[in-house]
Amino acid sequence: MTLSRNLSWVMFGIVLSTNVHADGATIAQQGAGSVVACQSCHGVAGEGVAAAGFPRLAGMGASYLQRQLEAFAQGTRSNAVMMPIAKALSAADRKAVASHYASMPFGGAAAMQSSTSAPRGAAQPKGGVAPPAASASAPTVGVTLATRGRWSDTLPACEQCHGPGGRGVGADFPPLVGQSAAYLAAQLTAFKSKARPAGPMNLMGVVAQKLSDADVQEVAAYYASLPAGGAR
Amino acid sequence: MTPTQRLVLRVAVALLTIVAGIVAIGAFDYWGMENYTQRKLASLRQTSPDVSAAVPASVSARSPAASRDIAGDPPHAELVTPAGAASGVRAAFSPPLESQIPIGEFGDVIRRGREIFVDTGRAAPAYVGNSLRCVNCHLDAGRLAGSSPLWAAFVSYPAYRSKTQSVSTFQQRLQGCFEYSMNGKAPPPNAPELVALESYAYWLATGAAVDPKLPGRGYSALAAPAQVRDYTRGEQVYAANCAFCHGADGAGQRSPDGVAVFPPLWGPESFNWGAGMGRINNAAAFIKANMPLGMGGTLTDQQAWDVSLYMNSHERPQDPRYSGSVQNTRSTFHDTDESMYGRDVAGKVLGATGAPRPFKPSKVPAR
Repeated sequence: MTLSRNLSWVMFGIVLSTNVHADGATIAQQGAGSVVACQSCHGVAGEGVAAAGFPRLAGMGASYLQRQLEAFAQGTRSNAVMMPIAKALSAADRKAVASHYASMPFGGAAAMQSSTSAPRGAAQPKGGVAPPAASASAPTVGVTLATRGRWSDTLPACEQCHGPGGRGVGADFPPLVGQSAAYLAAQLTAFKSKARPAGPMNLMGVVAQKLSDADVQEVAAYYASLPAGGAR
Repeated sequence: MTPTQRLVLRVAVALLTIVAGIVAIGAFDYWGMENYTQRKLASLRQTSPDVSAAVPASVSARSPAASRDIAGDPPHAELVTPAGAASGVRAAFSPPLESQIPIGEFGDVIRRGREIFVDTGRAAPAYVGNSLRCVNCHLDAGRLAGSSPLWAAFVSYPAYRSKTQSVSTFQQRLQGCFEYSMNGKAPPPNAPELVALESYAYWLATGAAVDPKLPGRGYSALAAPAQVRDYTRGEQVYAANCAFCHGADGAGQRSPDGVAVFPPLWGPESFNWGAGMGRINNAAAFIKANMPLGMGGTLTDQQAWDVSLYMNSHERPQDPRYSGSVQNTRSTFHDTDESMYGRDVAGKVLGATGAPRPFKPSKVPAR
């Protein structure tokens, strides 16, 4: 009697563990097989670790996240930690964990809040509009690239695709606000060097080629300086 | 060997080593350059695939569609500049830097004009009936040559317009933008919104000659398509190059807080049938020069023509000049191959949507 009850618990456990592989939340919290829990690097709320350059995942678009996991699995996006993890997950797992993080609230914990309190650059236009007040100080390169672009070089502003304040658009244009400067700069550099696939239509490839190393640092620092709370 | 001979030998060896080193560095540098050039070429090939092969050269050039408006002038002549007039789209004129907007009341009004231009629905809600913003079609806040820049428009008025069959002032031209492109309501003459936009345009034109042929004005006209423009090919171009941002349904995409980041290209939130962008030649010229955003010039002329036809073969808000019948409105205002209004597309007559809807200010989320 006791034995059969125990056995049934074991059976139940086995059934549970086989289901685990399609459950994004479980992969995120406990890992799956050889795959460590996502949250051990990306934080319990999916907020990332700014100091280490681990990106925020919570509230990113599902198709964007899934595309990144596929790229890591295929090795087209290069990262020593993420490539084996993505490879070890099944296609269904990658999809499940992507939707899990897409469904998490973007605001998350305040762990990503930059130490810089005020946004960099004078007169931060939230909706892409400069306030009427005359600002004497010239805007920084970062705020200009983010909100105006550099059309002399046919370079659109970041927010023309990533939305006002870099808060993201739809499932395919990820928020920039809420990521650390280190992560953003590393990604722009990777787009430039083709260590990261340029994504649909080579959109980011074209953009990144037009950015100098100084541009990359400036624009990354600008978005990292914006308050992330309640962005989505 | 005498010490002198030994010295001479050492010097000779040293010199040889240096020369060999220089040659080696030069060679490495040369190889590096060659690799770089090859990489560059490869990347160019990748970003701008040569699709010209898809267009058979044997197809005889089709004469441009009868682009005649009712008055016998090219419709919206002010929109499309003849190809060559602004070839290369590098205009000689460049507007002043934004940081040079004067301080004081006039500067404030100029800034207000810029704000209306880039955030139209929010800054001029009483006159805007859709999700579009002026800057959607006049890139870089109306500064970009070849993208109908404001500075070139400002020095082109007053002008006779076939569209209105009268001489229009710059303000009247702006009123037309609100009525058609913004599917809204024309602000009354000298309304603060018009004064602000006029001030911004005037300031952008600082130093420009009064000249309706200023290089960079309007959109550079495309040569006539090699093949008859085709809806199905246009649909394919759209799916591959446009839908990712503007959506398969052409409705555009909004930010989480409701701002139309990617403008709707057709449907109730887009420009109405009276707008200049509803003309296939205008839209084709804009698309070729500016789309996909930041990758202007990558589509072939044929692709731009086909996708423009596709875009303008969808339903959009009624022409405010609607006379009660689609065919009558077509013959009065759309009697050109550049307009699909009144034409049958997939069993439906475009524009057969009845009288224009009463104006309703578009809902723009608070900031």
